[in-house]
Amino acid sequence: MTEPLLRVRDLKTYFVTEQGRGTARAVDGVSFDLYPGETLGIVGESGCGKTVTSLSILRLIPEPPGHIRPGSLIEFEGRNLLALAPPDLRAIRGNQIAMVFQEPMTSLNPVFTVGDQIAEAAIIHQRLSRKAARARAIEMLTLVGLPDPAERVDHYPHQLSGGMRQRVMIAMALVCHPKVLIADEPTTALDVTIQAQILELLERLQAELGMAVLLITHDLGVVAGQADRVVVMYAGQVVETAPTTALFDGPLHPYTEGLMAAVPRIDAPKSRLQAIPGQVPAATAWPSGCRFHPRCPHAWTKCTIEEPPLLGDGDHTARCWLVQEPGRRKRQPETE
Amino acid sequence: MTLHAWFALLTALVLSGWAVGALRRRTGRHEAGRRFFRHPTAGWGIGVLAFFVIVAVAAPLVTSFDPRDQIDIVHLKSQPPSWSNILGTDVYSRDLWSRVAFGARISLIVGALGMLVAVTLGTLVGAVAGYYRRWVDAVLMRGVDVGLALPRIFVLLMAVALFGRLPLAILVLVIGFTSWFGTSRLVRAEVLSVRERDFVAAARAVGAGPARVIFRHVLPNAAAPIIVSAALGIGNVLLLEAALSFLGIGVAPPAPSWGNMIADGAPYLASAPWTTLFPGLAIALVVMALNAVADALRDALDPRQEAM
Repeated sequence: MTEPLLRVRDLKTYFVTEQGRGTARAVDGVSFDLYPGETLGIVGESGCGKTVTSLSILRLIPEPPGHIRPGSLIEFEGRNLLALAPPDLRAIRGNQIAMVFQEPMTSLNPVFTVGDQIAEAAIIHQRLSRKAARARAIEMLTLVGLPDPAERVDHYPHQLSGGMRQRVMIAMALVCHPKVLIADEPTTALDVTIQAQILELLERLQAELGMAVLLITHDLGVVAGQADRVVVMYAGQVVETAPTTALFDGPLHPYTEGLMAAVPRIDAPKSRLQAIPGQVPAATAWPSGCRFHPRCPHAWTKCTIEEPPLLGDGDHTARCWLVQEPGRRKRQPETE
Repeated sequence: MTLHAWFALLTALVLSGWAVGALRRRTGRHEAGRRFFRHPTAGWGIGVLAFFVIVAVAAPLVTSFDPRDQIDIVHLKSQPPSWSNILGTDVYSRDLWSRVAFGARISLIVGALGMLVAVTLGTLVGAVAGYYRRWVDAVLMRGVDVGLALPRIFVLLMAVALFGRLPLAILVLVIGFTSWFGTSRLVRAEVLSVRERDFVAAARAVGAGPARVIFRHVLPNAAAPIIVSAALGIGNVLLLEAALSFLGIGVAPPAPSWGNMIADGAPYLASAPWTTLFPGLAIALVVMALNAVADALRDALDPRQEAM
């Protein structure tokens, strides 16, 4: 395969908690690669470290209380982003790597028109004149499919609906034709029909502009439809990584199985949804051994003591001892 | 007062009334503008301010005497208000109305410029402290604590000791440099909350540097309390200028300012009360008007009412 565009190795982002007593290990040793032109999905429950991972890549973690531990590596086109001086980093943000945020309602500045905000990156990175930047903003609004772009460019965020605002956010991120787009739950705040439109838009733009997309979501359906490869995160770690089809055909990690069982299906007879028992533990006190063992139906003594590495062959790996000892897998109690 | 001075004064009154109406029509389209004028005293406040500004600008038109001219030191000394001197004359036989009108120029300019300096400084310091936090915040805010603890009048007396009689520009600067502490605290608190909002992270994500983030994204969203504090602040600076001039270290006589007019008239409070009454009234009116406007602005710009 070609060289990865973005290489993340052993990323550790910790937060010092309010009282200064504990350290929340929000992201604790995450590694993955993003190749040119592909879509990589990052999936996990709330609180598993997805958003912190994406913010760490652009170094947008509020410091203090957060900090990225030494030894972490985030390499973009061979340059370690964690070692860059602030001006060099700013030259990459919005220009080479751009980001779409989760909340379109609050991620736009209420006092500026959407045109001004879309044009901002172009003015910063390409030194466009205000007039040229405005023309570019209209062009971008056309690209993201907003009706009446020439008129909408002068509207304020509060005059737009949630879906329109998310289109504006995407236009804002893509104005400099970045090589990597980080989309942090881009559709979570939208209703289902708008969600489909936005995903379709992202897919189309990715094909047109040839960028790589890091799609962060808690929605397995979104991942199944969009991603080429998937990284499943749990408790600040990568627990499974696989090509999308392989993952859905045969998940290796009990957590991934749990996530899939929790998705309602319309092709199966009506039954109660399977929830994963318990909650994601607090980031200040991850469990010993495998971090999933308190919630895992298959866990045995080894899981409580020894933390598994990513096991498995080639491009499908999971952080689970079952990969080595499949015989220990218990029959699901509710087998059909 | 000559006929054309009366006429000009009448025009000034009409004009200030018209200004209020025009402003009301113009802002009526916005929800915030309607909220502003819903305040019972807002219209009156704007009217009073407009009147004094017009009088200050058109001072030579609305008066018939030079404010420094001693009209008739023998016969027209400390005269009560009359048709020729509508507010009377002071102990040096100068026309009080002329001095109030020309004094408005100096007092309002000192008030506005002094506040401009103070708000600029306070906003800068507050924004930097709130945005960078950590040691920058600690250092700046301890400095502000010291500034707030220093009795301002002593700082000003020290400046007088250094410069002798203060030229107007220095006076404005000195007032500005000693009035920004409160504003900076206010701005810091506001910036601390605005910087956590999502669009600030979004701005940083498109590559905006600290200056751009602070000036384009944070401060415009913290503008409402800054504007309100500026409106209140002009009143305070006006009072400070009056106090300094009263102590004889402010605006140098014979140039008229409301403060030194009160100082001039103070010894004759019993025999010629109008010499202190009218400049005092002018100060009180303007300060009250500014407070009324600031009050209405606070209600109008309160973002929590935006949705209503």
